[in-house]
Amino acid sequence: MNIHEYQAKAILREFGVPVPDGHVCYNGASAREWAKRLGEGPWVVKAQIHAGGRGKGGGVKLARTADEVRNTARDMLGMILRTHQTGPEGKVVTRVLVENGCNIGKELYVSLLVDRATSKVTVMASTEGGMDIEEVAAKTPEKIFREAIDPLVGLTPFQCRNLAFSLGLTGKLTNKAVSLLQGLYATFLGCDCSLLEINPLVVTKEGDLLCLDAKFGFDDNAVFRHPKIGDMRDYDEEDPNEVEASQHDLSYVSLTGNIGCLVNGAGLAMATMDIIKHSGGNPANFLDVGGGATIERVTEAFKIILSDKNVKGILVNIFGGIMKCDVIATGVIEAAKQVSLKVPLVVRLEGTNVAKGKEILGASGLNIIAADGMADAAKKIVAAVAA
Amino acid sequence: MSILIDKNTKVITQGLGATGLFHAHGAREYGTQMVGGVTPGKGGTTIEGFPIYDTVKEAVHKTGATASVIYVPPPFAADAIMEAVDAGIELAICITEGIPVLDMVKVKEYMKGKGTRLVGPNCPGVITPGQCKIGIMPGYIHKPGKIGVVSRSGTLTYEAVWQLTNVGLGQSTCVGIGGDPVNGTNHLDVLRMFEEDPGTEAVIMIGEIGGTSEEEGARFVKEHMTKPVAAYIAGVTAPPGKRMGHAGAIISGGKGTAAEKVAVLEDCGISVAASPADMAQALLKVYKPK
Repeated sequence: MNIHEYQAKAILREFGVPVPDGHVCYNGASAREWAKRLGEGPWVVKAQIHAGGRGKGGGVKLARTADEVRNTARDMLGMILRTHQTGPEGKVVTRVLVENGCNIGKELYVSLLVDRATSKVTVMASTEGGMDIEEVAAKTPEKIFREAIDPLVGLTPFQCRNLAFSLGLTGKLTNKAVSLLQGLYATFLGCDCSLLEINPLVVTKEGDLLCLDAKFGFDDNAVFRHPKIGDMRDYDEEDPNEVEASQHDLSYVSLTGNIGCLVNGAGLAMATMDIIKHSGGNPANFLDVGGGATIERVTEAFKIILSDKNVKGILVNIFGGIMKCDVIATGVIEAAKQVSLKVPLVVRLEGTNVAKGKEILGASGLNIIAADGMADAAKKIVAAVAA
Repeated sequence: MSILIDKNTKVITQGLGATGLFHAHGAREYGTQMVGGVTPGKGGTTIEGFPIYDTVKEAVHKTGATASVIYVPPPFAADAIMEAVDAGIELAICITEGIPVLDMVKVKEYMKGKGTRLVGPNCPGVITPGQCKIGIMPGYIHKPGKIGVVSRSGTLTYEAVWQLTNVGLGQSTCVGIGGDPVNGTNHLDVLRMFEEDPGTEAVIMIGEIGGTSEEEGARFVKEHMTKPVAAYIAGVTAPPGKRMGHAGAIISGGKGTAAEKVAVLEDCGISVAASPADMAQALLKVYKPK
């Protein structure tokens, strides 16, 4: 899950990591009030949406007077912000962050992530702050510095100094960097992050370090340990179908095609999307009903797939292990009745209790196209949707 | 012959809740020597024919078990793995899905220099057809034979096994390594074991988007393997930045795409199936059964 920038900065502040003073505002008047409370100006008004590239889309603006803060906030609130990450439909801005501006001397980059190759949390730092780090990694990999963290010892001061010197920091800034990096690692552990990215980390002309923007990724498997972070989830920023699915323990990702998929297991679900494409069709979604799916969950899965108006047909592909084919079959029939299914439905069943499952489907009287194997199933659904 | 497990393997279950118990029965019916379970506080009792011990150490001491299968819920699973390691279990297979990744980072560090091999977490388990089944896979789709199978996915492995069985090719051992970003055993580890196993003649390797486990395995195939290998990579159609169910299945920073993996695998001489329906056929292109 993702959170907004103002929430990210509040977390960092809690862990003693330096960020600019600021406050989230929902209307122009309060933006003006908060600007005056925060300082003398200038201020920065930043649109709060879950997407990068906000500056280029007009979502980050400088304001020199409190009235200017109010006007800018008014203009931004309610506007549709389009960036390279939001897609052409954009996102509506419902809140802005008003914060004190700063005198930028230098822009740096720092991030922490779980490195799969070493199975350790790794700090990455670069002198190329404000840039797209993937581009830096591709073009000038020598400008990226790394330190892998021993989980039993933690991030040591000497590792932080190594990074600080690599970034060209000297004098008092070195010690400030040690404290900032250790604060970031404490944040990473304390919140069970999967990613914590500070871009840019700035050196101010006054000689301080300040996190100007922050991006958090949280480990979904660990949110149970952090109810406060779970509460920060902003459902308005997410695909409503994906939210609905997660509430029923279904793993769902919406795509742009017209063939809905209902599959058990993540690998098989991806493979099903692939074989649809391979057969000339286009998948409308990824959906893993999981191993312990009940009839209710299968029904919910059907409702979610069908709420996507692009869906012109559904492919059910089940290889029963824990999941029993008779449960899926009963769920399919129940769902077809409840949603009064009008699009073609292809079902491929294999595995535990397969004979019983096929019998239930056959006796249902529903117009179900039975398939043998994945290739046959994909061919049949692509043909049915094209017809 | 086989790798990791055979008919002599004695197995205990950590976490005999409803799921653990269901699959302990399934394994026993398949013929696996399920010699007991560990439920702290219930030591000395018996649950549906399985003798229960308080600690893994005690269970190992009393039963001679060398393998443990772990169904303990996510918040406590890392601790369960470390308990198995401490008790000197040779093979710990963790089925549990949803373990926090930072817990696994600690487990990996804890395991260094110790003798346990961990398979998983978030995996279907390991099966040597006709001899020993540890995990949640349906037994009947397998058939004893000479093809090794290694995979990051559960049901997609069943798909591959079913295709093999249907063309008459049995399996030596099938290993599900799991879909998490930090896990105990990767493709390379299992490929090395298959290469050394006289009972394995060829291998199917199944991967998916995210990480570099498949590429590392492929380089091993190119440099060290004498046996033919076929593969399939799931997620050609997956968009970047979206997590496809498995915590590890995500294309990040343009890395770990299916196309990239397929290119590396083919470059290493592996026969890659373009469609998941053709996994057995891809193997038959490079392997002629004796």
